[in-house]
Amino acid sequence: MPDLLIELFSEEIPARMQSKAADDLRARLTEALVEAGLTYAGAAAFSTPRRLALTVQGLTGQSPTTKEERKGPRVDAPEQAIEGFLRGAGLSRDQLEIRDEKKGQVYFATITKPGRPAADIVAEELDKIIRNFPWPKSMRWGAGSLRWVRPLHSILCILTDEAGEVTVVDLDVDGIRAGNTTEGHRFMGAGGFAVTSFDDYRAKLRRAHVILEAEERAQHIWQEASNQAFASGLELVEDRGLLAEVAGLVEWPVVLMGRIDDAFLGLPPEVLQTSMKEHQKFFSVRNPKTGRIERFVTVANVETADQGATILAGNQKVLAARLSDAKFFWENDLRTVQAEGLEGMGAGLAHVTFHNKLGSQADRIARIAALAREIAPLVGADADLAEQAAKVAKADLQSAMVGEFPELQGLMGRYYAQAAGLPAEVAAACQEHYSPLGPGDAVPSAPVSVAVALADKIDTLTGFWAIDEKPTGSKDPYALRRAALGVIRLVLGNGVRLQLNCRPGPFASASDTVGARERDGHLGYCDTNDLLAFLHDRLKVHLREEGIRHDVIDACLAMPGNDDLTLLVHRARALSDFLKTDDGENLLQGFKRANNILTQAEEKDGVEYSYGADVKFAETDEERALFAALATAEPAIASALKAEDFARAMGAMAALRAPIDAFFTAVQVNAESAVIRRNRLNLLSSIRNICLQAADLTRIEG
Amino acid sequence: MSDRTEKPRSFQEIILRLQAYWAGQGCAMMQPYDMEVGAGTFHPATTLRSLGSKPWAAAYVQPSRRPTDGRYGENPNRLQHYYQYQVLIKPSPPNMQDLYLGSLRAIGIDMALHDIRFVEDDWESPTLGAWGLGWEVWCDGMEVSQFTYFQQVGGHDCAPVSGELTYGLERLAMYVLGIDHVMDMPFNDPSAPIPLTYGDVFRQTEEEYSRWNFDVANTDVLLRHFEEAEAECQATLAQEAVDPKTGKRIIMAHPAYDQCIKASHIFNLLDARGVISVTERQAYIGRVRALAKQCADAFVQTEAGGQAA
Repeated sequence: MPDLLIELFSEEIPARMQSKAADDLRARLTEALVEAGLTYAGAAAFSTPRRLALTVQGLTGQSPTTKEERKGPRVDAPEQAIEGFLRGAGLSRDQLEIRDEKKGQVYFATITKPGRPAADIVAEELDKIIRNFPWPKSMRWGAGSLRWVRPLHSILCILTDEAGEVTVVDLDVDGIRAGNTTEGHRFMGAGGFAVTSFDDYRAKLRRAHVILEAEERAQHIWQEASNQAFASGLELVEDRGLLAEVAGLVEWPVVLMGRIDDAFLGLPPEVLQTSMKEHQKFFSVRNPKTGRIERFVTVANVETADQGATILAGNQKVLAARLSDAKFFWENDLRTVQAEGLEGMGAGLAHVTFHNKLGSQADRIARIAALAREIAPLVGADADLAEQAAKVAKADLQSAMVGEFPELQGLMGRYYAQAAGLPAEVAAACQEHYSPLGPGDAVPSAPVSVAVALADKIDTLTGFWAIDEKPTGSKDPYALRRAALGVIRLVLGNGVRLQLNCRPGPFASASDTVGARERDGHLGYCDTNDLLAFLHDRLKVHLREEGIRHDVIDACLAMPGNDDLTLLVHRARALSDFLKTDDGENLLQGFKRANNILTQAEEKDGVEYSYGADVKFAETDEERALFAALATAEPAIASALKAEDFARAMGAMAALRAPIDAFFTAVQVNAESAVIRRNRLNLLSSIRNICLQAADLTRIEG
Repeated sequence: MSDRTEKPRSFQEIILRLQAYWAGQGCAMMQPYDMEVGAGTFHPATTLRSLGSKPWAAAYVQPSRRPTDGRYGENPNRLQHYYQYQVLIKPSPPNMQDLYLGSLRAIGIDMALHDIRFVEDDWESPTLGAWGLGWEVWCDGMEVSQFTYFQQVGGHDCAPVSGELTYGLERLAMYVLGIDHVMDMPFNDPSAPIPLTYGDVFRQTEEEYSRWNFDVANTDVLLRHFEEAEAECQATLAQEAVDPKTGKRIIMAHPAYDQCIKASHIFNLLDARGVISVTERQAYIGRVRALAKQCADAFVQTEAGGQAA
């Protein structure tokens, strides 16, 4: 059982692509080997900035011989047919077998495929994988036509058997011949070396100043940086994304901590952090007592005679230049805010196009402000504050700081709102109205923030619906799915009771405002029913993650008031819980039985059985018991529904289960007497009507 | 070259060392192109010569102009006129990275003391219809060069692929020389009989051009020049390939490309004057790109563009 070792050595691979590339190499090669008939005990892949590596242990040395039997033409078939069969099978006529079948004598061929050595299979499959590797972006270089993420320099590909005997796999990809050598660190390695196994490879790489495992590099960086911070009474600011990226930028991490000049310590910590991270890939080091960012950690790729002093001095200098820019932006922005207020800062938004059919950013802000004012009382916010917040929430888009660091939008708005002396609710809304941005982003709960956030998203949705720029397939350039999910999460997360699609209501108001902009006749009104359907689709996806089945949601969507998402979800959750109980499942069956019988009868008789049933025509105890149960359940369900207590309503419905079951066991609905039959059908109709008040159970599957 | 190369003492010494180094590597030492360009890439020795099958190796200094970056000579790092050092080798040699590192050693960057990193940075020039993959090269956290393998120029696939290096000379030199403000940087040797700083040479022009770029340049004239350059480029390319006077096949890719460069620079000036709106911006870039593409189409029909004579 040999072990396989592969290394693809190239110029620097972008950090963000390394780990997926290692996984792809492992998955694709092991799948291909298995497909070719080999088995293996284990496999692991690794990446550094300059290499992808794969070890496969316990690989079978050879694929098994396989036999395939093929049925051919009859013996008396035309010569051409027989020759064709022989060609296809790659055999001569004397190798065929003749068997007696019902329709006469028939040729059979047995095709034997001999096993192939693992080395041949690896060579063939690796060649294909290299040529078709799923890099997000790949390139050509020199005069060749091979594509790789950056120029590929060498391929190491060896099989090592139990005795330690090494076979170099015979492979040549566009002139790059596979061998048994590699090289170490670009600056600290001492040239190329040969390896005999994975263990040997890893050990020799380490001697040549390369840590093969990305995870180990990351751990080393984290540990070393935390220790250095701790030794100074400070703490490292956690940033997993940055850690993974930095671990992909070095083969031999050397952690260096440096000071941030006092002149910059007055900048907001997020600004320091963002500037250091985005431009320099530095970690931030915080003073736990003050929360201020006071130092930085940079990770070099090399050990130097001066213990990194030159490197650190250089980095510090670059940082000072960067932070001077940031400080300049910050001070300029503050001056603007103090002189002209936050609205003054945003004045230029009148000249910034939001979308050529939807007007400028200022037009958009005016729409959002009007809508936020309208939504405010529904979410418990002060209407004046909500309107004021909406008017300034996007002013920071015109700040120099956000121009430089777009990811600070909102946050800078908050700082600048504070500097302008605006109310705390307004400042918070400046930052929070963008949320929730992704699944990991928290939903704002401050009423003013909620009002502005909802208004912002609803304006976006109705606007793009009005100009017919809805998402299609994978295309969603305006992130409308995210906006829809944002509305859903804002409403549900805050238990907001709001009929989105009523008139008056948010959709209608937003649509009217957008539609009123109509100038060249190309701007229509938003189809708010279609928009609601889109929201419902997103809600289904959202609730499915919660474990609520799509048919349960459909059953609730069919009920009136389905544009009140909070009500809708309460109903769906109660129904979902109810159907998971024994009573719920059986009641559903009883309902379906009643509904089926009734529907059939109505179709046959051409009438609707909706007159009240009368207990005086009841013949059996079971029938009378059902009458009694319905009489009790009906007001109980009605009052529970009135109180929007769906769990209680369904509990009351559950009480019907036993009488319904007993009724169907004891009673024949289609009685001979027409009067009794009609009465029983009307009784079933009561069951149906009562049950349908909670949800449209006809839509439940099973 | 040894890692213990003596440190250079002036801006021009760094340029001279780069010249000597790349000449030693066999590059043709070209001179700056005699037109206003935004970057060294615009020089026909890069843009046009990266097209077609003929091998090429050239290096040169290119004065570059970015009107919007003008700061009246006050900002320590920003200039509206600065120098790029440009190297283009086609096909890109397998040891291009090593050659590049050699050039850093040549200007006194000691690899035993500094941290050199190749950080992903894909290059794209919307005005040239060009893109490539590569890195920005960091020295101790500072970007000192752009390193690109050209994949497409003027809408044409590059085959073979050129390796392109661009050094921002002022920034690199300031780092090597340990200077904080560009205007303080020694231009010639500080012990020369008449020592000159970068400021002595350029402070006044930075002021003059900043004022002109931002506030004075006549936008009506510029807009007209843009239209004229565009029209002239197209008219030049529309000529018959065979010259009626000499009877020779003469495709005028370079004169047409001059007009494309002109249009591109005028666009930059208009941008600095703030008269181009966000939506118009894309349209202007698209017009320059269309010119660049037509010039590239023409160049690959010429002998230098790999067409058999």
